[in-house]
Amino acid sequence: MTLMRTFLGAAATLAISTAAALADPAVIFDLGGKFDKSFNEAAFNGATRWAEETGGSFLEVEIQSEAQREQALRRFAERGANPIVVTGFGYAAALDTVSKEFPDTKFAIIDVNWLEGENIRQIAFAEHEGSYLVGMLAAMASKSGTVGFIGGMDIPLISKFACGYAQGAKAANPDATVIQNMTGTTPAAWNDPVKGGELTRAQISQGADVIFAAAGGTGLGVLQTAADEGVLSIGVDSNQNHLHSGSVLTSMLKRVDNAVYDVFSAAEELETGVTLSMGLSNAGVGFSLDEHNDALITAEMRTAVEAASAKIIAGEITVHDYMSDESCPVN
Amino acid sequence: MEKLPKWADVILIPLINLVLAFLVSGLVILAIGKDPIVAITTMFDGAFGSTTGLGYTLYYATNFMFTGLAVAVAFHARIFNIGGEGQALLGGLGVALVCLAIDWPHWLVALPAAAIGGAVFGAAWAFIPAYLQAKRGSHIVITTIMFNFIAAALIGYLLVEVLKVPGSMDPASSNFPAGAHLPTFNEIFAVFGLNIFKHAPANVSFFVALICAFLFWVLMWHTRLGFAMRAFGQGERGAEYAGISPLKITVIAMMISGGLAGMMAINNVMGESERLILNATEGAGFIGIAVALMGRSHPVGVILASILFGFLYQGGGELSLWEGIPRDLVIVIQGLVILFTGALDGMIRRPLENLFLVLRKPTQNGAV
Amino acid sequence: MQSSVNKERQATAAPASPATPPPAIELKGISKAFGPVQANKDITISVAKGAIHGIVGENGAGKSTLMSILYGFYKADTGEVWIDGKLTAIPDSQAAIRAGIGMVHQHFKLVENFTVLENVVLGAEDGPRLTPSLSKARKSLTQLAKEYELDVDPDALIQDLSVGHQQRVEILKALYRKAEILILDEPTGVLTPAEADHLFRILRNLKNEGKTILVITHKLREIMDVTDSVSVMRRGEMKGTIPTSTTSPEDLAERMVGRKVLLKVDKTPANPADNVLEIQNLEVIDSAGVRRLKGIDLNIRAGEILGIAGVSGNGQSELMEVLGGYSNATGSVKLNGQELDLTGKHSDGQSRRHRGIAHVPEDRHREGLILEFSAWENTAFGYHNEPEYNGKILMDNAAIHQTCAEHMEQFDVRPPNPSLHARNFSGGNQQKIVLAREISRNPDLLLIGQPTRGVDVGAIEFIHQQIIALRDQGKAILLVSVELEEILSLSDRIAVMFDGQVMGERLPESTNEKELGLLMAGMDTSGNGGAI
Repeated sequence: MTLMRTFLGAAATLAISTAAALADPAVIFDLGGKFDKSFNEAAFNGATRWAEETGGSFLEVEIQSEAQREQALRRFAERGANPIVVTGFGYAAALDTVSKEFPDTKFAIIDVNWLEGENIRQIAFAEHEGSYLVGMLAAMASKSGTVGFIGGMDIPLISKFACGYAQGAKAANPDATVIQNMTGTTPAAWNDPVKGGELTRAQISQGADVIFAAAGGTGLGVLQTAADEGVLSIGVDSNQNHLHSGSVLTSMLKRVDNAVYDVFSAAEELETGVTLSMGLSNAGVGFSLDEHNDALITAEMRTAVEAASAKIIAGEITVHDYMSDESCPVN
Repeated sequence: MEKLPKWADVILIPLINLVLAFLVSGLVILAIGKDPIVAITTMFDGAFGSTTGLGYTLYYATNFMFTGLAVAVAFHARIFNIGGEGQALLGGLGVALVCLAIDWPHWLVALPAAAIGGAVFGAAWAFIPAYLQAKRGSHIVITTIMFNFIAAALIGYLLVEVLKVPGSMDPASSNFPAGAHLPTFNEIFAVFGLNIFKHAPANVSFFVALICAFLFWVLMWHTRLGFAMRAFGQGERGAEYAGISPLKITVIAMMISGGLAGMMAINNVMGESERLILNATEGAGFIGIAVALMGRSHPVGVILASILFGFLYQGGGELSLWEGIPRDLVIVIQGLVILFTGALDGMIRRPLENLFLVLRKPTQNGAV
Repeated sequence: MQSSVNKERQATAAPASPATPPPAIELKGISKAFGPVQANKDITISVAKGAIHGIVGENGAGKSTLMSILYGFYKADTGEVWIDGKLTAIPDSQAAIRAGIGMVHQHFKLVENFTVLENVVLGAEDGPRLTPSLSKARKSLTQLAKEYELDVDPDALIQDLSVGHQQRVEILKALYRKAEILILDEPTGVLTPAEADHLFRILRNLKNEGKTILVITHKLREIMDVTDSVSVMRRGEMKGTIPTSTTSPEDLAERMVGRKVLLKVDKTPANPADNVLEIQNLEVIDSAGVRRLKGIDLNIRAGEILGIAGVSGNGQSELMEVLGGYSNATGSVKLNGQELDLTGKHSDGQSRRHRGIAHVPEDRHREGLILEFSAWENTAFGYHNEPEYNGKILMDNAAIHQTCAEHMEQFDVRPPNPSLHARNFSGGNQQKIVLAREISRNPDLLLIGQPTRGVDVGAIEFIHQQIIALRDQGKAILLVSVELEEILSLSDRIAVMFDGQVMGERLPESTNEKELGLLMAGMDTSGNGGAI
């Protein structure tokens, strides 16, 4: 074995270079993988943007199993990576344990706001607020008065999207009908574009002419089918307007990339022990407007939505958060 | 006359298959511009180089032992149980319900109860496809696959709607009481004043798995039931001749199989996460098929194959942690091992048989 | 060295004069080993053109291996194949067909739900379009049928044909592929005597047209009837080729086994006592709804062997299955005056064994034994729940092992190694393991199906003696066999089955193969009812 090691000395420069990357920031993706076209990918994009702008490097890993959550966190912390970002509530329990073992390392976790720890920055997004706005846009763009929602896996987080969306739609048009479907109950539901397409067709046949996909990779099927069938769709997480220009009404933005970028930029100076709520007020969520959907959003729609946004920020409109009591006032 | 000596069949062929799998994997790693030798060293180092790494390897191996034995039981009765995944998921539900039922005073009490809970749920989940196969002729491969989906959906529903901690976004049950905490290897060795297996999830379930492997051997080769199952596995006509009821044996074999798969939950649910989470089994039910195939459905083989796959999981994780080798490539390596040891077994077997024939001939002539 | 041996053999076996045409087939110094087993040792044989040549030998003598080499299934380790005087390489069966060799396998290789025509054309189509091939085949089929008495309806489905006709389709297939040499492997195993006679007529017609025919069989009488010359094989070696006219069945048997063999079963007259088995109006309807047994009435007395003759597939198997406990039935079966359950929980194999019925099934490989189990495990097969093989929880493997070793000694099983897998014993020794297991339980009734199928001549003698010894102990024995010779020589009474019915009962001393053959074909010979 030692002989082999010596023999390998030259070849192992690669390993040495990673080992030398002390104090680099790190990001650990969830089981969905970093190319999920959704928020893991957004986190990856934020990290990449940081690396490109600063010329720095970062550690990353996509885990394969539940047991690796703690392991990956601990191994990166042991190697001195700092700060370490984990994406998704699946890491909550693991982070709770590991953050205590490494009090000098700073951690950030996305989509979690219920942990305690002086070295943890929790970043939660007010998806219901952004969904409210695109719900309004949907109801206003709809000619049939029926709008659709297609979720990925049936978990509370997605119900949060759905509930905000329904509230927005009803606010813009009290008579609007909102059809809701979830793709599935297993993680496979995040990556089933075929099923997404089928659900889209089903909703179209029920009269829906604007459909919001909050379903990761499944949403790509929704957007595609909506474009094929000549109805409007709404993208999610990152700006997906360009995917089917002129057919995607807008995208509900969840700026995970910004959150990661900020954490990486702050580096060891990262403020922790706080819970950031990323809502409309701090541009954590929003809706996208670009050359691809310029023709779809009328000035009137735009004014109405911007007014609502201002009222939400001012506290004049309260969008009900599904997570607060696991129920939705409208549906 | 056997064509191959037993040791060649049991050790040499798997070993050659493994070497081939790693050679091809090495080429793949080379193709993406990484150093295969560094990669393999990283894997070995990560999986066996430290007690922590070993603890992870054995943790995964424990999962695969349960599911591997589960598949092997059914194999002996020539039933192809692809439903280990779903049965293990349901086993997780059983274990969780038992663990959450009362405030357990001590793990020694909680473990047997949870093991029974997991086994009963897993067995019940296997019963339905078994009964449908034996009574209605519904193909068990199809039904067990379907039952995997149903199990995943059922667990998903229960976690989101029923078992979830109110206010939490995580679709997971609440944490098990402290009395249901299984000692990890770290805690066990702490008794002897050793601080090894630090942070590793390997726990007493590993020993339960070993006991199960032993009981598997006793059952298969030393009991009437095992005799009947193996006989049934060699053909239904023969079983009928001997007065072995196909219905009864199919159902019993599948329930034992499902029970073993369900018992996996004492390792991953009770031992590791200490709560029921979504996707707790992570494909261990399917790995069990490869483990049983590679282990020739024998408990010793299953144990060795489980450790191999534990190594692949843990070593593969290290690969993506430190070598920047993407997770998908690690899955490719795992797939290659399954391909070479399972599906392409015959590729190496034939030439090897011929080789042995050539080697044997001189002694034959000498004897005659 | 090898070649000199060859020349020697050739000189003795087939002295070729320059005037005669070259032999149709010449095998020179063929050797083939499977691991340590030398299946063929330096075989040299020459078959003249236009001859019917028989190859006889015990199971495992190497006949099938030799034919497989000739037909391209195996490659010989050493040796040459000459066809019509030309050295020919036969790497696969396609090459064999090109060389003009056709083979009719023991188990037909026909597609059941295709028509005769489609089967004949299958694999020999002229092009992607089927119609021209089919019409061409139809023409040549009519031609062949006229020439050789090979008439079969070209549009009939294979599954609707009798085995005799199916065999004709196999022959037609070979002839359609322009076979000049025809190999038949155990061709009469499934035929009635009348069908076998027809087959022999076909073979003679083929011979008269100049075709060369090789018949592999273990039935010595057929060899005597139909062949011109015969080769005897023993343990992978060729023990000589002789003109059929100069030999006799006894002589051939002796050459096959290597010692004198009693072909005639030696037995004293039966001394039957009370009825052990009484069957009344037994009916079986299979899962497809077909009536397999149509009201069987039979009885067997203690100390008596009842032989059931019939072409296979006429209900004998179903009768055995009902009595052995793995088929449901209606009617009444009494054992020692007590009803047997014909359906439900108490109609399974275990219940039958507890009632004193032992069963040596027809299909040794699929029923009687588990080939992948060791011999000692097979000793417990069917009796694995018996108390003497079990402790409180665990099986008493040592006791089973011990019993197996005792059986092996009593029945002279070779090799006497209980740990060897059943697969590794010869047919005769396998049958001895089954027989020992069943007889040793001291049953009242023994069901025994095809007791000597695939069993070598030496073991046949032993097995027959065991059956008679059991009868002489006062047991009732139900014997099912497709070998009329065996039925005639063993039975004390013979019942003939056809189409799920008993066509009649005869006494062996007052009947003959011809009469039984007619009954087996469904023709009543007595003229008093029972005919279809």
